[in-house]
Amino acid sequence: MTELPPFFETWFAARGWTVYPHQRQMLDRAAEPATLLIAPTGGGKTLAGFLPSLVELASGAHQGLHTLYVSPLKALAADIRRNLTMPVEEMGLPIRVEDRTGDTTYTAKRRQRADPPHILLTTPESLALLTSYEDAPRIFAGLQRVIVDEIHALADSKRGDQLMLALSRLERLAPGLRRIGLSATVDDPQAIARTLARHPDPCPILSANPGPDPNIEMLGTQGRPPWSGGGAKYAVHEVLEQVKKHRTTLIFHNTRAQAEIFFHHLWLANEDALPIGIHHGSLSRDQRERVEAAMVAGQLRAIVCTGSLDLGIDWGDVDLVIQIGAPKNVKRLVQRIGRANHRYNAPSRALLVPANRFEVVECVAALEAAREHALDGEPRGPGPLDVLCQHILIRACAGPFEADALFAEVRTVGAYAGLSRAAFDDCLSFCATGGYAFRAYDKWQRLKQTDGTWHLRDPRAVKRIRMNIGTIQDADLLKVRIRRGNRVLGEVEEAFAASLTPGDRFLIGGEVVRYEGLKELTVEVSRTPGREPKVAVFSGMKFATSTQLSARILRLLNQDSWPNLPDHTAEWLALQGEVSRMPSARRLLVETFPHEGREHLCLYGFAGQNAHRTLGLILTQRMEAAGLSPLGFVVTDCALLIWGLEHVADPAALLDPSDMRNGLDQWLQGNAVMKRTFRGVATIAGLIERNIPGPRKTGRQATFSSDILYDTLAKYEPDHLLMRITRDEALRGLVDFGRIEDMLARIEGIDHVRLTRVSPLAAPLFLEPGKVPITGEGRERLLEAEAARQMAEAGLGAL
Amino acid sequence: MSLQGLDRNAKSAPTSFHALDFNGAHLHARADGSLFWPDRGLLCVSDLHLGKSERMARRGGGLLPPYEVQETLARLDKAIAETCPAQVVCLGDSFDDLDAAMGLAEGARLHLARMQAGRDWVWIEGNHDPGPIDLGGSHVGELTVGPLTFRHIATADIAEVSGHYHPKARIPGAGPARPCFLVDRARLILPAFGAYTGGLHATRPVLETLIARDGIAVLTGSRAIPVPLSALGRARG
Repeated sequence: MTELPPFFETWFAARGWTVYPHQRQMLDRAAEPATLLIAPTGGGKTLAGFLPSLVELASGAHQGLHTLYVSPLKALAADIRRNLTMPVEEMGLPIRVEDRTGDTTYTAKRRQRADPPHILLTTPESLALLTSYEDAPRIFAGLQRVIVDEIHALADSKRGDQLMLALSRLERLAPGLRRIGLSATVDDPQAIARTLARHPDPCPILSANPGPDPNIEMLGTQGRPPWSGGGAKYAVHEVLEQVKKHRTTLIFHNTRAQAEIFFHHLWLANEDALPIGIHHGSLSRDQRERVEAAMVAGQLRAIVCTGSLDLGIDWGDVDLVIQIGAPKNVKRLVQRIGRANHRYNAPSRALLVPANRFEVVECVAALEAAREHALDGEPRGPGPLDVLCQHILIRACAGPFEADALFAEVRTVGAYAGLSRAAFDDCLSFCATGGYAFRAYDKWQRLKQTDGTWHLRDPRAVKRIRMNIGTIQDADLLKVRIRRGNRVLGEVEEAFAASLTPGDRFLIGGEVVRYEGLKELTVEVSRTPGREPKVAVFSGMKFATSTQLSARILRLLNQDSWPNLPDHTAEWLALQGEVSRMPSARRLLVETFPHEGREHLCLYGFAGQNAHRTLGLILTQRMEAAGLSPLGFVVTDCALLIWGLEHVADPAALLDPSDMRNGLDQWLQGNAVMKRTFRGVATIAGLIERNIPGPRKTGRQATFSSDILYDTLAKYEPDHLLMRITRDEALRGLVDFGRIEDMLARIEGIDHVRLTRVSPLAAPLFLEPGKVPITGEGRERLLEAEAARQMAEAGLGAL
Repeated sequence: MSLQGLDRNAKSAPTSFHALDFNGAHLHARADGSLFWPDRGLLCVSDLHLGKSERMARRGGGLLPPYEVQETLARLDKAIAETCPAQVVCLGDSFDDLDAAMGLAEGARLHLARMQAGRDWVWIEGNHDPGPIDLGGSHVGELTVGPLTFRHIATADIAEVSGHYHPKARIPGAGPARPCFLVDRARLILPAFGAYTGGLHATRPVLETLIARDGIAVLTGSRAIPVPLSALGRARG
């Protein structure tokens, strides 16, 4: 048991603070190999995590790196540095605290490697990079503690897997390392504890008092939510009213594009010129830092933001959280609400604003779940092998290694505890030779084995591998800069930039800018205040509504009446009941109707958008085979709408589960979702390099699409390691076939309703973006017809 | 509009083509990305980039699926079987570099030799493969046949057939970009035929300068589809 030194008590008392019980408990357990602390925001969680380190370092006896703090956000590392510096300075502790992220300068990084601080604050990617250096054993030799902050956000992702693999390496360099995980409220703390601890060490869980229940409500509005879309422009005035009534408001959005649009409308309506900022991952670092600094200084009344503010930067004075758009999952909603009121023991206040009519239902369902503490979560599978491949390459950068030792080390990671030697060897062989059945690279192996140890054949490869460390998949981004100025406004996806014509207007950082041209690899713009923008398309994670929340929505729809819903929504649902039927959990509702010269089929699966997209692809393929000439489909979390040339008389025949499973493998092969998943897997595993040494080339004919590699493997070696990883991941993730199976198992029968026109529930689907065209025989003919028409129109018969 | 049709010599699914009148030559821009000149029995392919994966591996990069030579040669074999050419012209960048040409596996060499048997085979120099190679066929900087000149990179010359740029194009609203031929009155640019090749969008400035605005693109893929350049969608990377 570690005592809190008296001058710590004095310092706490001087600030009018008391030491919380869970902070003391962390000290009591300072010697445990691993501890998971679950505490609400504002509960002094971070200080609880650092307290044992500060006490251990207070004597000044420790030389070199003592504590490594890892957070999922760069901004968080910087914020924690500020927050730690205060007690360290005020108590006069002999402790050096520094952060190290992708934003740290080259010189600072070099100095840190030569002379590490006592406490180093970093991210999983920067840590992985650190472990790839040959001097890693020296840097980490004296390491005592690792604190993983916001571990709930990391544990669900490949970033967490990469981090835990890096910790297994640190454990080897600094035996006896103690681990502390800090987490917000989660559905399954045990799973997080298993992720954190060195396998098979135990990991006790400490739970702080969760504090009073939050006060969550729907925001009442004058206007009705629109039928579709994610803008919530209709609620701008009511949101502004709330901002005026509170000290500081965080306004959360699900995507960056939605945040930009809402911020734009908010700004146009902001007659009192309230200071309001915007913060999301596509904005330039400068801009994000300015907003963060203004927020910390209490200069802003509201921030429009996305998941970039989901995690624990301590804003201090936030007293209201507004969630725009359906939260998709209850756990994230609860965590976002926790961002309000960082003062422990005061209820958080939150308002939900549905962006469209269907989201009213979803918001009400989520709100009820949050009140009942019914958090949702999907169990995670074993550690992904693409991350392991990258780990092996990183390990090789640090110097020669033995396969047996590395295998043993990897198995101490919770997620990889069940890893078979065969699977490990597959990954090693992939890293060494590509792992192909056709042995082509014996001469040019990436890793070679000499006298029992593995090493890189070509030392130049170190640079290439280090440049590609990380598991975050970004689209190719281009900087946006004001023409003849130096200010970078942010970044947009290359595909979006390519769709712009000079003169087009789009939103970035809340400003409307005019596209002037592409110079080198920078998008040049000028300012055009007050004009209507064309919307910026940012990549945003597309979350599917969780299984638990979908079930709640179905229950809500099947109420006899809807006193808990606004009138406009209740009336709409009642109309659906009159015209067609209400979807239910036990019976699958399928509507078919003609509309604008096309036949439509609407299926209410409530299995989430990813599963619906898969179902759409499978069903349209089966329709194609049956000569029903499907032309396209669109999905939401609730339903799938398919259109085509022929009426589907018997939807049940299309949905036969065993036929669907049989067709799945064949279908999967040519599928765009598989190709997208493959791209991620191949990049993480090191087959494709995102970054290559030297200046980025503008001539694009040198690079080719990962789809070509996918097609080649599908044809010549469909069972290659990367294809197996892709299939497993897609089935669990974007393909989400599991939820289709669950849906088919759940339903006892199909209700096919033939209508003469669009039903009330189906109508909003027509306004959904993201329509998927089907490239069948019909589409090919339409394409030829269109090309021929344009040839004739252009008078190009003679060429 | 000239006729469209299918090459009938094929054993299995025949490859569709778009027929062009280009400087007095009747040419077939084929859906597989090759160009056939029936009157001369000449088949032309560009930018095979054989050995690309080997070159990447040699330089310490990712180890790409090593099936690209096999795949490219199989495609070429199919085009040859369908058109039975007397002469095959490889329009440059046939190899990703000269070492890749030297390092070609025995199986691939035999495959090439088999395709070369009984026909005239011309390797035109490209920027990736500027030197002589120890494979059958002649190796030249450029080649003139009747009214047409074949060279790797387009010049200011007219009646010229070239490659190098790997053009691709898309029709707005009709799916992703496909490799394409670009044709105007003066020049014809072939798409890249190799399996591991990317593309440069036809609307990129360098290609817009080379091909007149009233030219056409012939998209490749399952069918050869001609489309006016004025109808092409803007670049998408």
